[in-house]
Amino acid sequence: MSEEVQGTTSSEEEMEDKVISPEKAEEVKLKARYPNLGAKPGGGSDLLRKRIQKGQKYFDSGDYNMAKAKMKNKQLPSAPAEKTEITGGHIPTPQDLPQRKTSIVASKLAG
Amino acid sequence: VLLERDKRGVGRTDIISTVEFNHTGELLATGDKGGRVVIFQQEIENKSQPQFRSEYNVYSTFQSHEPEFDYLKSLEIEEKINKIRWLPQKNAAQFLLSTNDKTIKLWKISERDKRPEGYNLKEEDGRYKDPNTIMSLRVPVLIPMDLMVEASPRRVFANAHTYHINSISVNSDNETYLSADDLRINLWHLEITDRSFNIVDIKPANMEELTEVITAAEFHPHQCNTFVYSSSKGTIRLCDMRASALCDKHSKLFEEPEDPSNRSFFSEIISSISDVKFSHNGRYMMTRDYLSVKIWDLNMENRPVETYQVHEYLRSKLCSLYENDCIFDKFECCWNGNDSVVMTGSYNNFFRMFDRGQRRDVTLEASRENSKPMQVLKPRKVCAGGKRKKDEISVDSLDFNKKILHTAWHPQDNIIAVATTNNLYIFQDKVN
Repeated sequence: MSEEVQGTTSSEEEMEDKVISPEKAEEVKLKARYPNLGAKPGGGSDLLRKRIQKGQKYFDSGDYNMAKAKMKNKQLPSAPAEKTEITGGHIPTPQDLPQRKTSIVASKLAG
Repeated sequence: VLLERDKRGVGRTDIISTVEFNHTGELLATGDKGGRVVIFQQEIENKSQPQFRSEYNVYSTFQSHEPEFDYLKSLEIEEKINKIRWLPQKNAAQFLLSTNDKTIKLWKISERDKRPEGYNLKEEDGRYKDPNTIMSLRVPVLIPMDLMVEASPRRVFANAHTYHINSISVNSDNETYLSADDLRINLWHLEITDRSFNIVDIKPANMEELTEVITAAEFHPHQCNTFVYSSSKGTIRLCDMRASALCDKHSKLFEEPEDPSNRSFFSEIISSISDVKFSHNGRYMMTRDYLSVKIWDLNMENRPVETYQVHEYLRSKLCSLYENDCIFDKFECCWNGNDSVVMTGSYNNFFRMFDRGQRRDVTLEASRENSKPMQVLKPRKVCAGGKRKKDEISVDSLDFNKKILHTAWHPQDNIIAVATTNNLYIFQDKVN
């Protein structure tokens, strides 16, 4: 008799665990992967400030214009070749790269 | 619903970033990531016949914005067109406002179909004649020529935004317009470029205290003193410009109360409003957040009157959508001409329509592979879990790179424009 009761209780507990909202379940997943993620819900102001400042920084305008000029020269030979050359030799300018949003997820190195 | 293909070229920078019909629906403007604006014009075949079909063909293409460099901050300024808004037509020419992150431009689009011929002092190619050779005088005449559409920049409204412009909205007075960035909203006069008035400023004294940003703003369609702006926290503020010069204090605050027990890390992010649009009749407004579309009655601030789930099945995928940044995608929404149906985009090149009166909704797909031109679109269904029926698509096989962020509805007819990443689709109701 008591065993049966125990059986029902544990399955009820299981059911309660499953009823946890899908959103909360996702949050648990995220926290497991990134334990350093901001304590405040939504990441707080860090997230917003990252949103506000988008765009690639250059050292100065000379840097920017050099990069633009280099990309123009490299584009002349052949379009497909330039894809592999994008990394390494020079800083590409916005019109040459597909936009990739900066990751909001803090790196594990950050305090 | 029929399908039509557009004639835009497909290239790397041709990512469509905004779509807008003009006030008659005759013109459709698109802006792209490369700073170009392409305008399509409707050409109606056999309007007298019951089965008329309208086609949109390229009318004008021009480079609106170029990439720039902010010397002070050493940051590049993208040429991507964030928004296009048409001015109501006042004369033969058409005017539109286009904006990138920092600068708004007023463009005049005019037609030229006559040219002068028969000058006395000039040859046909423009060279000046030797006056001694002229023996008689004639009156130059205007002769017809092939239609030429010219776009010229009439005003440049620059240097008024520290942050990135997300919205522009023309006032019903046809003299002023607003521009909104993450923290401020400015009011401009269409004729004056060297001054603008700041009407909303939510920048905190200390940026560390920043909790909320402005995500969208729009003027009321009839009341020239009223505008709304939405925030990243899911609130909408309605402001009355008669109340004070600086509208930091709202007249109405629209916010749906949240169940605190349901709150998660994602709650605020998915509640961020990506678009706000007044209904044509001016009595309602619609907001789009990550998972739903909400209709608000302007007379009721404490909750929306209608809520439509766009893709609720994504709620159990929020973790991966956060990791691939999709959770920050900004979907737009739009009303049909008589405010009975609303539309918004989703992933996998799906878009959704909600019929408010008939309480029906449908999921359609904008794709060349899955439907042919002039073929009625087949409704789609996403299977959230469990057994997948034939013709259903499972959540895990959705392509999150194929997003429909921008859609537009013709102001009168059942013609819609849907932008996938690189292509523009125009659909029309089948008339039979």
